Amino acid sequence: MDIALPAGCMVGLIGPDGVGKSSLLALVSGARMIQSGKVEVLGGDIGERQFRASVQPRIAYMPQGLGKNLYPTLSVFENVDFFGRLFGQSKQEREQRIDELLTSTGLEAFRERPAAKLSGGMKQKLGLCCALIHDPDLLILDEPTTGVDPLSRRQFWELIDTIRARRPGMSVLVATAYMEEAERFDWLAAMDAGKVIGSGTPAELRQQTGQKTLDGAFIQLLPEDRRQAHHELVIPPRKADDGVFAIEAENLSQRFGDFTAVDHVSFKIAQGEIFGFLGSNGCGKTTTMKMLTGLLPPTEGEARLFGKTVDARDLETRKQVGYMSQAFSLYGELTVRANLDLHARLFHLPDARRLTRVGELMQRFGLEPYADKAAAELPLGIRQRLSLAVAVVHEPKLLILDEPTSGVDPIARDEFWTLLVELSRQQGVTIFISTHFMNEAERCDRISLMHAGKVLASDTPAGICQQRGKETLEEAFISYLEEATGADKPNVTVNPKKQAKIDVDRNTSRTTASAFSLRRLLGYAYRESLELRRDPIRLAFALLGSVLLMFVLGFGISLDVEGLRFAALDRDQSPESRAYIQNIAGSRFFIEQAPILDDADLDRRMINGELALAIDIPANFGRDLRRSHWPEIGVWIDGAMPFRGETVRGYVQGLHLGYVQQLVLEATGITTDYPVNIVSRFRYNQDVKSIYAMVPAVIPILLIFIPAILMALGVVREKELGSITNLYVTPVTRLEFLLGKQLPYIVVALVSYVLLIVQSQLMFHVPIKGSLLALSFGAFLYIIATTGIGLLISTFTSTQIAALFGTAILTILPTVSFSGLTSPVAALEGISYWIGQFFPASYFLIICRGTFTKALGFADLLPQFLALAAFIPVLTLLSVALLKKQEK
Amino acid sequence: MRLGSLSNIYRLGLKELKSLWADKVLLILICWAFTGAIYTAATGASVELRNAPIAVVDEDRSPLSRRIVDAFYPPYFRLPQQATLAELDQGMDSGRYNFTLIIPANFQHDVQAGRQPDIQLNIDATIMSQAFIGATYIKSIALGEVNEYLTGKRDGAETPIKLTTRVRFNPNLTGVWFGGVMEVINNVTMLTIILVGAAFIREREHGTIEHLLVMPLTPFEIMMAKIWANGLAVLIGVTFALLVMVQQVLKVPIAGSLPLFLASAACYLFAAASIGIFLGTLARSMPQLGLLVILCIIPLLLLSGGVTPRESMPAIVQNIMLGAPTTYFVRLAQGILYRGAGLDVVWRDLLAMTGVGAVFFNIALYRFRKAVTQSQV
Repeated sequence: MDIALPAGCMVGLIGPDGVGKSSLLALVSGARMIQSGKVEVLGGDIGERQFRASVQPRIAYMPQGLGKNLYPTLSVFENVDFFGRLFGQSKQEREQRIDELLTSTGLEAFRERPAAKLSGGMKQKLGLCCALIHDPDLLILDEPTTGVDPLSRRQFWELIDTIRARRPGMSVLVATAYMEEAERFDWLAAMDAGKVIGSGTPAELRQQTGQKTLDGAFIQLLPEDRRQAHHELVIPPRKADDGVFAIEAENLSQRFGDFTAVDHVSFKIAQGEIFGFLGSNGCGKTTTMKMLTGLLPPTEGEARLFGKTVDARDLETRKQVGYMSQAFSLYGELTVRANLDLHARLFHLPDARRLTRVGELMQRFGLEPYADKAAAELPLGIRQRLSLAVAVVHEPKLLILDEPTSGVDPIARDEFWTLLVELSRQQGVTIFISTHFMNEAERCDRISLMHAGKVLASDTPAGICQQRGKETLEEAFISYLEEATGADKPNVTVNPKKQAKIDVDRNTSRTTASAFSLRRLLGYAYRESLELRRDPIRLAFALLGSVLLMFVLGFGISLDVEGLRFAALDRDQSPESRAYIQNIAGSRFFIEQAPILDDADLDRRMINGELALAIDIPANFGRDLRRSHWPEIGVWIDGAMPFRGETVRGYVQGLHLGYVQQLVLEATGITTDYPVNIVSRFRYNQDVKSIYAMVPAVIPILLIFIPAILMALGVVREKELGSITNLYVTPVTRLEFLLGKQLPYIVVALVSYVLLIVQSQLMFHVPIKGSLLALSFGAFLYIIATTGIGLLISTFTSTQIAALFGTAILTILPTVSFSGLTSPVAALEGISYWIGQFFPASYFLIICRGTFTKALGFADLLPQFLALAAFIPVLTLLSVALLKKQEK
Repeated sequence: MRLGSLSNIYRLGLKELKSLWADKVLLILICWAFTGAIYTAATGASVELRNAPIAVVDEDRSPLSRRIVDAFYPPYFRLPQQATLAELDQGMDSGRYNFTLIIPANFQHDVQAGRQPDIQLNIDATIMSQAFIGATYIKSIALGEVNEYLTGKRDGAETPIKLTTRVRFNPNLTGVWFGGVMEVINNVTMLTIILVGAAFIREREHGTIEHLLVMPLTPFEIMMAKIWANGLAVLIGVTFALLVMVQQVLKVPIAGSLPLFLASAACYLFAAASIGIFLGTLARSMPQLGLLVILCIIPLLLLSGGVTPRESMPAIVQNIMLGAPTTYFVRLAQGILYRGAGLDVVWRDLLAMTGVGAVFFNIALYRFRKAVTQSQV
């Protein structure tokens, strides 16, 4: 597509979801990489890296989605403050600007409230504050008012007008799906399927097409074949009331903790009526619907369907209800036919009926061309029709539809309504529908206006307008909202003197697009630590996770083979045989069990795993021994677990030899020694207790596993939630972003290191024989390297779950198998050896073992420190090189 | 009603299998877990002595001492490095050598004179899995060489009692036998919990499970469908792993009845899947589930007796682990597969395991509705 957008005015892109508005805006803002073609912004090529870096401080971009680039756990002030830091503003300047912005947007009163707890309208105002903190020349807003209540919407646009009045040079580029809104823009471009189908001022567009409304104009601009099927929607009047209610809600309330989502809501819906619920996102529409379906038991009040109280266990009532949730809830991997068929079967439609019903629905809903396509591959409008078909497959008497038309283009919306009207008027189905579109609400028989969990008014659309003496439903709603919130228009007047002063300051901060800024780096570090502190699950995993795993590994992986059960089959029962058994029972390794009765008993007890060792002493053992006839003792060892079997064999042979030498000595006074003495010294761990070996080995595992996972999650979370956009469109560099995010995790990992050391001393009593300082310094270097590995992994994973398991596998395997944990690196061969050489755990393991058990200090471990330190710049540079500064 | 319920469970389960079939990443993961993963785990990392690095200080340099030095060779040991006393300590400190042997001057001379000279053997005891076994090997190798030098026989002097040791169930104590089968069990635990937990969270995130709950379906039916479908997928994997990977590729003989083992595995799958759903009801998102799964699976794998023997763990750990189905499964799997135990031996473990599974199933059932409806608020 080719398009030139005028400067210095408010430009609107109009069209339904998925036509390419957002992509175009992302390209213009420099957030997304250009595949082919050229985009010039503010007089330069945005595809060029140098120009982009220099122009970014002049552009502000607010992505689509309520509060998409905000940080939900951060307060209003902290959010704006963070953006100020990204643009390198000083503390004083930031505070001044934030005060001004918050006052003018009316957010001053909510300064300390977390962004997650703001209403949709307030979130968008906050987003605007964040975008305006650096006085941009180009403000790009992607659907800033979708899902916001009409009062907030009006306030939002007034705010934009005020700002534009103050800074006339600023261009504003907006995408919107609300045609009413587009009326107030200076210049419009209508888009469909990635193409511009018309442009000009709103008046020009209406004139070109000869339509009264922009909605109509847009439909006229669509290509011929799309338009053909479209007819003006006519809703026949409803037949007289028969006085039976399909839904009755009485004082319904729902509280989650101290938050009241629905507050004493009452209404009655007659059979066959189309009843609308109008309100912004998060006002309690969905929660009310969930209570009616029985998904959520109400905290207070009662809901009745067809006169029967809603009960989650009542399967019969459910057969009369069809439900369509916001998410369309289809099985994306199943085909259209399979989706319909599955639901028909789950409602136990008889076979013959099922087949005709599925065919009937496919035909009526126009799904036949898509019958064998997977639901996930369908366009939004078709998916929505399928979703409705699924909801009515069992011919319910009541339909509950939760925002079924959001994001769908006007033609598809009208087609959908045609189906609804048919269901209601011809089949007498009661329809309960929620929406945030005014023109949809106008089509309902009756509506309820909802705000902040309360019903403000309930009547026919005309009745509501009449009551307030307004012409349109929107104005009536706004008047109700103003009454309910008691809010005046926010104070948007600005002290001209103060403004002048800020204008002077502005020029100083504008020029700070430097290559590296410590302030921006610390800005990221500060924000990350705030977020981490407010996420209990991640924090608990970071700190308690390592302690728990140390407990498990320390106590669990015990290689001390002790407490082995053995029993003897003593066929001799002589003093000699008893002495021999006693010799084994007396050692600390073996525990004697009841004697073995016979061969069958021996077999049985070995098979059920009771005995690790069985001793078979032949008859006449004592006699043969006395006569020096070389009697033979047989032992059976359970080899199911080879390591244990090997150890048992060693123990038995040792005990046997000791016993025999003792016998000879007693009988003859001769010591039957070996020709040589082999003197074994178990060094570093004289008692050969596995805990002394395990603890120094476990610390390197835990200090790579958990910090790397948290670090990778920390970056990929931003990718998944969308706040990564702030890296794309602000002057922050990749190095600042990465190091800034790494700092808090280094601190967390250091705390976890301290906890592990304390645990090793207090719980496991494993002394540190060498230098604690050397160990801690090694841990510090190691942690920087391991969080660096997390960063590196985060650059090529895109979902949190992939980052999680990817990091787990990529860190655990080399650490356990190739770093010298079970067999030393020197014993490895081929590729394993080289992995071990280039993995930081190999070096820290030596430091850990050295300081814990081998009494080593700084000087002894110098090569290991140097090796660890060398990992740090390599990992950081690799991450910087692999991280994208633009979306693909 | 009962029949209707069964048909619902059957239908939903079929849907579950279709979803699994459509998810190629998960399929590859399952295939890898029951083929390549088992092969590498069985043949790769083992606790057997392999290529142990050894250094020798030979101050004697006699034919006898050289004979001892030459007796160490792969696969158990690396070829010994000659070192000086000073290098020895440094080498052990940095972990370059695990074992060092010091043969004193005049060693051969003293041996021949019957003076019983000392050989000093230093063992790095921080590498527990090798220290004890390695020391035993080194002693017997060195003694054998001296005996052979003196008498021509490796055994040396005869003792008044002969000891015949025989190892049952795995006569040569081959690590592959153990590693291969235990890896199958570990992967069953890991896959089942992840598959079922993730399937639950995914349906919750897409809102489809909500949709099921407003239909005439009960949470019991939804859970049972998930369990049988994912369980079946894993069970097919286990069967393949045992028949092909363990028996054919790794050549590990299976002592007991394979059908009995598969039946027990089915019971275990029920228990592990219940744990998966239970974790799914605790987590609010996929990443949270991931963190929970890690914290839960590591203890299950390490403390159930599949890695190190249960009896060497502290009593408290042993008792806590009685609450985990994996403990029983590892015990009965070892019984059936290695020792050829029959139902008469393992029925208690089987019962206990299923009981523990039922407890988790009921907790998950209790939390189910709440977890689904509160997730999107």
